[in-house]
Amino acid sequence: MEKIFQKLSLASATLVFVLLVGIFLTLYSAAKPAIDEFGLGFITNPEWNKEVVVPTAQDTANRAEALNSDDDAITDEDDVMIADEDDEIADEDEMLLDDEDESVTKTIYGGLVPIVGTLLSTLIALVFALPIAMGIAVFLAEIAPKNISNIVGIAIELLAAIPSIIFGMWGLYYFAPIVAGIVGGYQVSLLTAGLVLGVMILPFMAAITRDSMNTTPAVLKESAYALGATKFEVIKDIIFPYSKVGIIGSIILALGRALGETMAVAFLIGSIFVLPKAINDPTISIPVAMANNFGEASGLGESALFYLALILFIISFAVISLAKFYFLKKAK
Amino acid sequence: MPVMNIKKFSFTYPGVDHPSLKSITLPIKKNKITALIGPSGCGKSTLLRSMNRIHDLYPGNKYDGKIELLDLDTGKYQNILEIKKENEFIELRQKVGMIFQKPTPFPMSIFDNVAYGLKIAGIKNKSELKDRVENALKGSALWKEVHDRLDKSAMGLSGGQQQRLCIARAVAVKPEVLLFDEPTSALDPISTGAIEELIVELKKDVSIAIVTHNMQQASRISDYTAFMYLGDLIEYDKTENIFLNPKEKQTEDYITGRFG
Ligand SMILES: Nc1ncnc2c1ncn2[C@@H]1O[C@H](COP(=O)(O)OP(=O)(O)O)[C@@H](O)[C@H]1O
Ligand SMILES: [Mg+2]
Repeated sequence: MEKIFQKLSLASATLVFVLLVGIFLTLYSAAKPAIDEFGLGFITNPEWNKEVVVPTAQDTANRAEALNSDDDAITDEDDVMIADEDDEIADEDEMLLDDEDESVTKTIYGGLVPIVGTLLSTLIALVFALPIAMGIAVFLAEIAPKNISNIVGIAIELLAAIPSIIFGMWGLYYFAPIVAGIVGGYQVSLLTAGLVLGVMILPFMAAITRDSMNTTPAVLKESAYALGATKFEVIKDIIFPYSKVGIIGSIILALGRALGETMAVAFLIGSIFVLPKAINDPTISIPVAMANNFGEASGLGESALFYLALILFIISFAVISLAKFYFLKKAK
Repeated sequence: MPVMNIKKFSFTYPGVDHPSLKSITLPIKKNKITALIGPSGCGKSTLLRSMNRIHDLYPGNKYDGKIELLDLDTGKYQNILEIKKENEFIELRQKVGMIFQKPTPFPMSIFDNVAYGLKIAGIKNKSELKDRVENALKGSALWKEVHDRLDKSAMGLSGGQQQRLCIARAVAVKPEVLLFDEPTSALDPISTGAIEELIVELKKDVSIAIVTHNMQQASRISDYTAFMYLGDLIEYDKTENIFLNPKEKQTEDYITGRFG
């Protein structure tokens, strides 16, 4: 019996690992065409779905080829069609080099805008939510009388359970106009998206932080009070350090949620592939870019979306590993 | 001259219909060790925790009577039950320190643990902090063991060392009274011996009240002993009288192990 149990738990542990690697590999293979085409420059390129003239480097290569191709075409009748066509186009290119309408164009995709949008909206959410969540947690765990703490606690947990699309609609219709009224600028923007994200992760961070604060042994707090500590000092010097692990855990989970959040952000970020110049400019995030464009995407465009997905995967993974590493080091 | 005077002190926990302490009158004498003994649940901890008002972290307790603390500068007594303001609580707890049943090292370095009470009391001078931490650790017989790892976490110390660290932490702020609530009940015999020696050593500088359910411990280290039973103070006397010549039948039954 015990053996079966051991095997089962080993199997499920392996399954988790296999899933992780499997998802990574499928993302990678779907993104491969875009990776081959754009390389790491994808990350720093702000253009999305833009038609451009084929770079001159290739033009010159074609031209060099074209010089020899006349002979080739005559001597080698078995030349494949595509090669022939290529040569013809190259020939035309050479002849009509100045005429842009006739030149070869291709569509390029760069991920900078959604990457920046994702990172900044998450950062705004965190900066906004962290202090408020800590304040709420301290209030619930240490300041409020028991009955008030319980009622507010339940409200917080309910808030954490609201589906994100509702946050998105509420944010768009009620919250964003207020923010825009105060800060100015667009109602759909990095700022409003980040703030609504913040409101979304806030209850969840507050609840986890409160729970871990509540695990501080009463006798430890009493020891500090018995030395003449004030409530503020006990919270700062005893409760926070003691519940650090739980607090960092809540931040990691909140980060994961904010990075991948789609619906709420889709309502608020503006969904345009433009680098924001100010905090209240509209832009786009990775999940929103994927959700909005998957329907029509094909070929290289689809692959570029997978490239974005892969980058989101890596960002989430990196952020969480960093946070974990930090907390493990701190805990020692 | 008693450094504390407990006078007709009664105490009732919230939601409990009977008092856990009934009109207790007891002195805590200066530079002496007073042991509180009695069967589990008789109210020893309740009494001790009233003496620094740590109970008041939790709402709803009712009490009656007086607990007076001698102000060593003015020679006057202050009824600590009248304290209401936070700064007065802080002052009280700086004068009346407490060591708990289980060691309670804070999640910080050994040095910061001992310096904690000093820092929150407003001492910022680095060399003064260093001196007082060193003195407190020497006074708690811990200096030799930890002087080369003061910056390491206090969590890495053994149970006995942690308890001595907590004593050093309490001693560092130079209290007038130290309250010990079964400080050795979580420790092995060797660590217990070290703590007992330390407590006896400490009475040069502070007055001590110690709760113990170990009667040998009370007889080994205390000068006075109070025997409590079901919230009543049954007998208070010099320790040798309590153990060799008790006046009350209940005391005799308890120390001879007939109940408890
Ligand atoms: N927080 C509390 N609320 C209600 N009753 C309590 C509380 N703490 C202790 N008591 C009760 O008060 C009595 C005295 O307890 P305590 O002082 O801890 O005894 P001792 O330290 O002598 O073992 C016991 O009956 C105990 O159940
Ligand atoms: Mg007790």
